[in-house]
Amino acid sequence: MKFAVCVKQVPGTTEVQLDPVTHTIIRDGRKGVTNPFDAAAVELAVTLKEQVGGSVTAISMGIPAAESMLRDCIARGADEGVLLTDRQFAGADTLATSYTLSKGIEKMGGADCILCGRMAVDGDTAQIGPELAERLGLPHVTDVIAVLSVEENALVLRKTTADGTIDLRVALPCVITVLREVAQVRLPSIEGIRRSFAAPVHVWSAADIGTDPARTGLNGSPTQVMRTFVPEKTKITKMFSGTPEEQATALCTALKEVL
Amino acid sequence: MILDRAACLSCGLCADSCPQQAIAMENGHPVFNENCIQCGLCADSCPAEALKRPETAAAKADNTVLVVVEQSNGRVEEVSLALIAKAQAMTGQCAALLCGPCPESAAQTLINCGADTVFFAPDERLVYPEEGLYTALVCALVEKLAPAALLIGATPFGRSIAPRIAARLHTGLTADCTALSIEEETGLLLQTRPAFGGNLMATIRCAAARPQMATVRPGVFPVPALAGPRTGRVETLETPAEAQPFYQVLTRAQGAQEDGLAKAEIIVTVGRGIGIRKNMALAYRLAELLGAQVGVTRPLVDAGWATTQQQIGQTGCSVSPKLLIAVGVSGAIQHLSGMTGAKTVVAINSDPDAPIFSVTDFGIVGVCEDVLPQLIEALSK
Repeated sequence: MKFAVCVKQVPGTTEVQLDPVTHTIIRDGRKGVTNPFDAAAVELAVTLKEQVGGSVTAISMGIPAAESMLRDCIARGADEGVLLTDRQFAGADTLATSYTLSKGIEKMGGADCILCGRMAVDGDTAQIGPELAERLGLPHVTDVIAVLSVEENALVLRKTTADGTIDLRVALPCVITVLREVAQVRLPSIEGIRRSFAAPVHVWSAADIGTDPARTGLNGSPTQVMRTFVPEKTKITKMFSGTPEEQATALCTALKEVL
Repeated sequence: MILDRAACLSCGLCADSCPQQAIAMENGHPVFNENCIQCGLCADSCPAEALKRPETAAAKADNTVLVVVEQSNGRVEEVSLALIAKAQAMTGQCAALLCGPCPESAAQTLINCGADTVFFAPDERLVYPEEGLYTALVCALVEKLAPAALLIGATPFGRSIAPRIAARLHTGLTADCTALSIEEETGLLLQTRPAFGGNLMATIRCAAARPQMATVRPGVFPVPALAGPRTGRVETLETPAEAQPFYQVLTRAQGAQEDGLAKAEIIVTVGRGIGIRKNMALAYRLAELLGAQVGVTRPLVDAGWATTQQQIGQTGCSVSPKLLIAVGVSGAIQHLSGMTGAKTVVAINSDPDAPIFSVTDFGIVGVCEDVLPQLIEALSK
């Protein structure tokens, strides 16, 4: 089976800091990490490949430096990487990003199973998976927590819902988005790291994958950020002092008014 | 668009700004072709304010907000009701799409909340929400109704269908909004959402594509009190013949706690400041006294002291309880972003400078081991 995993390089989340004056994000060029949900998706794809055979390709749209992340995916068991990088892709919202990824996957010759992390921890939209599936004309399943079995033309999956779980069968090819518990991410093996230096990472531009310039990057993004602002602190904090007993009694009185 | 020829500088900036290529400059003035969607970007770009968006009946008719209602076994999600009321309040024109078999009273409930028209698709296959059929139904209705905006609750199901629909309609979508308003000058929907773990808010709009789509976080807008009955229309919809479900449901299992943390009214959250594992029992005892559920920060899940389902924050769940008591929670951004919906927040932490106190109504600086037993005793009285 041919697996494609969409991965995104995100800032190490604890490093996200805002400039107190301009309220913009300080990007100090420190190394990004693989979005943790995507890392779980890579691990799942590699585990399934070990069971049923096939290949795993990690694909990303990003800046040239994202190649290091793709090599890390190879060290963790992927066979190759694909990096879609072009100035035209800059400033993309999820609609433009999913279109670009779909063209990259088409250029790869498609895949039987396309995996995405549920969401990226920097953007938080959880939109790429379903949007990509629509572009490719494939069914999608979100919030997958387990692959119960791989059949010849279908997957049996368990997904979470608002009030529990569903077990379902989805025909291949399909797109799934996964939660972190879908797989326990392993450390790269020595052999994997060695392989990651030599394995191919294909770097494709807009011309290589034949994207329409009106549908990529800022041009292809219908949503515009009008302004960003730091949320105002609206709460007045009342602190209780004294001994633990006094604090607890005072809090208890305050709680009775709330409840 | 309406042009004031006398004011026009013939600069051509309007033609450059048009995302629809709807403007040609002829004899030094803009001429609009049928591609114009009256987004108003040309008016924004005009240095002489020579272009105005027409306040015609046609523009007003473009105000319908369609709300996709989520229901399961006849139980309508509260966020759907809240969105109907919000849509009616914003534009005065709200339509709702209700899918799947459900009691007749459900449509009237939607009308009472503010829907002018309820489109009802009683397809038996939609007894539970399913993405393939919902997407086909919503897209068919959007084609018929041409709404200005399309709102969906940011439930797990809503966050699965909304991007699918947006991609099929080639339009923009803003995820998990916490505020919505109509921009006065343009009539566009302003969609505000937290970014970077709630540290920054971003206001987003979608000028050049329709409908303007947003998913909205549950618990942000109030569920309307069901006052006197309103009148509205109910129209039955057929699922498009070519529509297919994406997958076949084999079994469904309800979670141990039916509604889980996301809908809990009172929550006790525990962080690393609880100290040793044994102290978790104190937090559970406190929760029991208050009828609360217990949530945790990520380090406790990583340490194996709690389950993933209990994790609150960016990579866990979002909660909006009436009361949240944070015990030994320092308040990392990633955790705070999951509890922005909490009404009253209490924090107990030994570090007076912990960020948790910046979002707290009532605070106690103290060691959990000392304070919790006292609090349990005081509450037991």
